[in-house]
Amino acid sequence: MSAHRVAGRGRIDADAPLNFSFDGRAFQGRRGDTIASALLANGVRVMGRSFKYHRPRGPWGAWVDDPNAIMNVALNGVELPNCPATTTYLEEGMAARSVNAFPSARFDLKGGLDLFHRWLGAGFYYKTFMWPDWHLFEPMIRRMAGLGAVSDAVLEGYVADQLHDRCEVLVVGGGAAGLVAARSAAEAGQDVCLVEDHAECGGGVWQRAEIEGTAPADWVAAQVAAIVAAGGRVLTRATAFGVFDHRMVGIVENRAFGQAPRLRRMRAGRIVLASGALDRPVTFANNDRPGVMSVDGAGEMLARYGVLVGRRIAVVANNSAARAVLPALVQAGAEVVEVDPAAGPIRVLGAKRIRGLDQGGRRVEADTVLASGGLTPLVHLWRHAGGKLDWCDARQAFIPGRAPEGMVAVGAAAGAFDLESALEEARGVARGGAVEASVSHYHLTPLWPAPGAKGRQWIDFQHDVTLKDVELAARENYVSVEHLKRYTTLGMASDQGKTANMAGLAAMAAIQGRPIPEVGTTTFRPPFVPIPIETYHGAHRGQLWHPLKRLALEEAHRAAGAALGEYGGWLRPGWYGQGDVAQIIAEEVRMARGTAGIFDASPLGKIEVMGPDAEAFVDFVYYNTIRTLKPGHIRYGFLLSEGGAVMDDGVIARVDQDRFVISCSSSHVDGVRTHLEAWRQDGNDPDRIFIHDTTQHWATVTMTGPKAREIVGALGLEVDLSAEAFPHMRLREVVWQGGPLRIARVSFTGDVSFELSIRASRAEELWQALIAAGAPLGAGPLGLEALSIMRAEKGYLIIGKDTDGETMPHDLGFGIPRQKKTVAFIGDRSLHNAKANSTARKQLVGLRVAEGAVMLPTGAHVVEAGTQRSLGYVTSSYDSPTLDRPIALALIEDGVAQMGREVTIWHLGETRRATICGPCAFDPEGERLHA
Amino acid sequence: MQIFPCPFCGPRDEREFHFAGELGKTRPDTRDGVSDADWARYLHEQRNEKGHVREVWMHMPCSELFVLERDSVSMAVIGSSPLRGAAE
Repeated sequence: MSAHRVAGRGRIDADAPLNFSFDGRAFQGRRGDTIASALLANGVRVMGRSFKYHRPRGPWGAWVDDPNAIMNVALNGVELPNCPATTTYLEEGMAARSVNAFPSARFDLKGGLDLFHRWLGAGFYYKTFMWPDWHLFEPMIRRMAGLGAVSDAVLEGYVADQLHDRCEVLVVGGGAAGLVAARSAAEAGQDVCLVEDHAECGGGVWQRAEIEGTAPADWVAAQVAAIVAAGGRVLTRATAFGVFDHRMVGIVENRAFGQAPRLRRMRAGRIVLASGALDRPVTFANNDRPGVMSVDGAGEMLARYGVLVGRRIAVVANNSAARAVLPALVQAGAEVVEVDPAAGPIRVLGAKRIRGLDQGGRRVEADTVLASGGLTPLVHLWRHAGGKLDWCDARQAFIPGRAPEGMVAVGAAAGAFDLESALEEARGVARGGAVEASVSHYHLTPLWPAPGAKGRQWIDFQHDVTLKDVELAARENYVSVEHLKRYTTLGMASDQGKTANMAGLAAMAAIQGRPIPEVGTTTFRPPFVPIPIETYHGAHRGQLWHPLKRLALEEAHRAAGAALGEYGGWLRPGWYGQGDVAQIIAEEVRMARGTAGIFDASPLGKIEVMGPDAEAFVDFVYYNTIRTLKPGHIRYGFLLSEGGAVMDDGVIARVDQDRFVISCSSSHVDGVRTHLEAWRQDGNDPDRIFIHDTTQHWATVTMTGPKAREIVGALGLEVDLSAEAFPHMRLREVVWQGGPLRIARVSFTGDVSFELSIRASRAEELWQALIAAGAPLGAGPLGLEALSIMRAEKGYLIIGKDTDGETMPHDLGFGIPRQKKTVAFIGDRSLHNAKANSTARKQLVGLRVAEGAVMLPTGAHVVEAGTQRSLGYVTSSYDSPTLDRPIALALIEDGVAQMGREVTIWHLGETRRATICGPCAFDPEGERLHA
Repeated sequence: MQIFPCPFCGPRDEREFHFAGELGKTRPDTRDGVSDADWARYLHEQRNEKGHVREVWMHMPCSELFVLERDSVSMAVIGSSPLRGAAE
């Protein structure tokens, strides 16, 4: 076994063994290990199979940059897919499984796919599986490609906390530069928060023998202590994954395995980016073999976990930072051979186990290959915030250029790869100084992918993109980096190309003979690391996501056996009682038509419009003329959008000269209130109009049916309820049991109805009184479902159900104000354009099916004979208990002119016949309404 | 997520606000023979400027319209003032 643990090294707790398994085999790690470091310590290198070719893979990096070691991990019944083994801390009892490998990463049955790689290049699927139909092949391909599988089990209690937070200075990264920047700012009296994604601060410091004359452990502890002592905060296992508008930084905080990570939305006054830099791969043949690792990754494995990744190590590096890591490896017992990448093309020998390197026929024996193509600053957050990048020739890297407002980069993230200068600069910057990054001691020899090179040279390990794929893309003219990315999927995997993007764009630059900065980078988008969707979701579910409005009478409805459901954002009774639901609803309709029904109409809008300009205002916002309405009278009308479409319908009552109550649809109250407020404040004198939404202040109980008058009469109100004294569309205000009661004679059923509105706190008294008065006559509660049928029997429409976004009032049979209203109103001009004047408009009509036929499906299309073109559709359809036959409403092109015509109805491949009729199927003369 | 300053309630999260329109759009007098083209311009044409913009927004919790000046590129907020008495 080449990789092994070195006693006495690393930050792990050697006395705390943790048992775990990988692909069914039992292993032991230590507290402080990641799954990857624990496996390496056990000599396991093959940790997964690649996405497309099923090549054996081991870790390349030691932290977030690793594209290869991805696992499904289970612990205590919780299984999570696609956990990066290099960032998942080991816990006792974990069972890890390699993904995209069967039966295990070591012996993968689909490993043979790799033999067909010649035919599996970029765009292979698009080109090959076009005929006869991609969808035929897709399921099989999806099964063969891809990474982890999601467990079917529901994770109980997997709910992410979400916090809102703020600080003056947010320092991203707890390495040397981040620590001293945070300390300086905190000691200067600023409110500082430092986030570090490892469990322990320190960054690259752990790889050093000493720092500023102190042992790394003492130095790191001293910095953290000083930050805390100065009032700063240090959050570990916390990753700043994105910068959003106005310097809101998304921070994901990992907790114990199986607990949803916490989301902290940090509003930072200033952001100090100290996110460090990544070691980038070198592109040579078979550079994806398990055992080919980054130099920095090997340094981290030793420094943090006490794992020496190999015994005989060949190093392919082009820079001074990589060379600085090597003495520690030698000191830990490794034999290190440097191979000059400039001396000729390199090929890795061996498959699951590395045997060495071949360079131009010269063979270098090795069990491990470490590579470093230079450091790439981690500038993701810089770019999220809109900062610019400059190309630096000396570093061969993009480094932060023009800064976004309130953001500064320090340390390796700023290109200061030399520790001493990074520290000095970070201290200065934290106190408000400018960045003066110097290249200092860091130097490298440019080393980029060489087009035309032999062998399979990996660019993107996680998505299996090779140099040949980039060359193919260039030949097919996908030369823009954004096109290259999408054609080859380079950089699109869960690691988002942390190791792949630079190599990919450098390859494209080399192929085209252009400088790298001219080719440019793809867009950096959040999140920087993969984050469970749950983290964004948090507690926003059910009532906390979409809180239902609750009725004052909810308890009374429950007591009456109501089946409560959501109707337009309210929890309302659908019907009462248990059993055959259709039967119950039909019975409720028959009861209301026969004697009377009582229903809770409280959600109906009650928006008051008051003031000296109220009359002119409602006349302007309504399609119908309202100024002629007398106090105590009620009128039905429409609110339109400026585009002329019907936005809402309902009645408006004039309480007195300067006071109106708009009774809009239950589900439109918020929208109508906002609409009215906008017009009140913009275009009118807001001092002369006042709008007040009293919907929730009043509860409304409606008594409807032939016995409604008798039942309401039993309340002993001081008002003459007779049809002559109190006709349809009138409003009366009375006192009942010492409090105000509003009675409106309006009807949504076509029967005599009294809408009684009372202070919400007294709703129960009114409800019980009406129930008690109605019971002896056989009247009882009526649910929303029965009400929907009754209104459809009358052809009364529901906006948004029986209308669509193009419906204008004259399509609904209300054409008079369009012709006659003389004052301006919202939407007026739109009612006279070519489209509004067209004869092909969809109009509201009824549909009648033949004797004995079943009801039409809602949503079925009325189609033109021959062409099958849709002429409209069924908007409402019910079995009418009153008429004992199906009824339907529909929007049909030029429908009103076609009364009596038989039309074809199409629905899901089936064809029916129906006859166009008037929308009102019951009591068209309205005798019952005025009885 | 942006922070907008409501002139009445102070700085609040962007989720509390609704965009109402660009500042300076006047409803044509519809009693005065508005042409199809003018009406269409009123309904649909937006300046959609890049950079410094002046817009009307509503702060939903207080229902007040106000003028928000901001930069449509950098998302920087320049200032806000009540709609009442706003200059065109």
